[in-house]
Amino acid sequence: MITRRQAFLGTGGVAVALAAVSAAALTLGAAPLTLSEVVSVLLGREAPELAATVVLGLRLPRILLAAVAGAGLTVAGVAFQALTRNPLADPAVLGVASGAAFGAVVGQLAGLEGSLLAAFGLSAVAFAGALVAAAAVYLIAAVGGRLPIQTLLLAGVITGLFFSAAITLIISLVDLARLGGILHWLMGSLGTLGYRPVGVMALGCAVGTGAVYAQARALNLLALGEESALQLGVEAERVKRVIFVAASLLTGVVVAHTGPIGFVGLIVPHAVRLAVGSDNRLLIPVAAGAGATFLVFADTLARVAVRPAELPVGVITAFCGAPFFVYLLRTRFRRGLA
Amino acid sequence: MSPEPLLAVRGVDFGYGGAFRLEDVSFEVERAEVFAVIGPNSSGKTTLIRLLTKVHEPQRGEIRLGGIALGRLSRRALARQVAVVPQELTLAFPLTVEELALMGRHPHAEGRFFEGPEDLARAWEAMALAGVLDLGQQPLDTLSGGERQRAVLARALAQEPRLLLLDEPTSHLDLRHQREIVGLLRRLNRERALTVVLVSHDLNLAGEVADRLLLLAGGRVVRIGSSDEVLEEGLLEEVYGCPVRVEKSPASGRPVVMIRWPDADEGR
Repeated sequence: MITRRQAFLGTGGVAVALAAVSAAALTLGAAPLTLSEVVSVLLGREAPELAATVVLGLRLPRILLAAVAGAGLTVAGVAFQALTRNPLADPAVLGVASGAAFGAVVGQLAGLEGSLLAAFGLSAVAFAGALVAAAAVYLIAAVGGRLPIQTLLLAGVITGLFFSAAITLIISLVDLARLGGILHWLMGSLGTLGYRPVGVMALGCAVGTGAVYAQARALNLLALGEESALQLGVEAERVKRVIFVAASLLTGVVVAHTGPIGFVGLIVPHAVRLAVGSDNRLLIPVAAGAGATFLVFADTLARVAVRPAELPVGVITAFCGAPFFVYLLRTRFRRGLA
Repeated sequence: MSPEPLLAVRGVDFGYGGAFRLEDVSFEVERAEVFAVIGPNSSGKTTLIRLLTKVHEPQRGEIRLGGIALGRLSRRALARQVAVVPQELTLAFPLTVEELALMGRHPHAEGRFFEGPEDLARAWEAMALAGVLDLGQQPLDTLSGGERQRAVLARALAQEPRLLLLDEPTSHLDLRHQREIVGLLRRLNRERALTVVLVSHDLNLAGEVADRLLLLAGGRVVRIGSSDEVLEEGLLEEVYGCPVRVEKSPASGRPVVMIRWPDADEGR
């Protein structure tokens, strides 16, 4: 039985891991810093000017961005998995991230960049794109109220391809000079954005995660199938609507600022399920922390692996995620769970 | 005794997509009764369970539980009184027996996010009744069909229902496990005055355990009565379109239905 204490302990555990990985990430990079220099800067003590600029101006906002994005994408993954009753679902696999990306591209070309208001606007259009894509996947894949794995994955692929094509169309119609930032963004990157967008993203992710977590107990029951959930007193339709919107919100606000970063919502929940079980009341907070930690780690790797150049973090997550997806798909079919 | 029966179904019509339909279905189930619904394939048996649990709403007619129309009960309130053992358990994520049993506490935990010690005690009690207490920490996908069935029964009992609905409770079970389930249902019925409605293909199971049977065909009630009244050769042959023979069980005196199998060179 999951208790409040376990949920607190689990969350505390991943918080420690996140702090440790983040501390390491603050010291690593083109300009190597010692941990004591980093600590001095963070505590506002006297430190070399270079250290202060690198830590506060470059690395810290980037780490915060990675942590929030990792948590948001992971919770979106858990939510979509619960909604579709399928552990292979995730914002990228379902094409929802592509929908969000399409919305964000439109927003960026419309000039939504820079100010705080623009950061909100960009999040909003990406959210709208995610909602449209999620609705499309749902309508394409549903067979008599059920979402079989094969049609769900195909619907996700189709929706993803459609929105990718729509993005390509827009890009080819637009003046090359206006595209620089967008092309970089489209590869999925956590390049320096500053604190403002991180704040907007954190707010959106907090709202989305809160909404998902509030339904955690109902989501456990939904895993038994909609009919059983209804018979156990769950207002399944309402729960599904909340999750649908919240997961799209999480996907939208994250993708709006980081571009599409795949597989985080797939790998992390599965790994955490192996460790703490499937109960969403424990899974969601622990997976959120683990997702944050994973993306900070992956982004640090992306920064230092091919120094002085830098990899888009999406490359790292995809290299981890694709083999993992194959493994999941194979074991799932072998066990006949599909 | 209250004058109202525990369950009253009155003039219920229901249909979707034209395939499965119920028409003008009426019956009553008394408190502490064991009631069986039998009938050929697609006669509407499972649809009936969905109507009794508000998964579907009737298009006409009314269903009352303890005198209150189902439409006036919240899902939670209904789930505190009516529990279902479905034909099959489908799992999206791995789950242990104890986790499954605790899910039966959901209707009693309005506004509570975590289960309390009371919930755990009830879940364990239900697991003990269903004989799966020592399997508590086992993942469900490692269990045999009989154990799984009893784990689902434990979840239903953890709801502390007045009415237990079972959909084909023995269909995947071998003889010993069928016998165990029947023993358990009888015990729950006798010791706890639990009202049981079971839906089954198995005419002999229904005839053996039920106080009264309802024969459903093409979505209509054909007959309601004791096993002797319903399990009658002529009636079954007409409804099932199959020659049968009915004899008395030497053990219980209840009717036993046997198919008249075609001879080797007949019926090709």
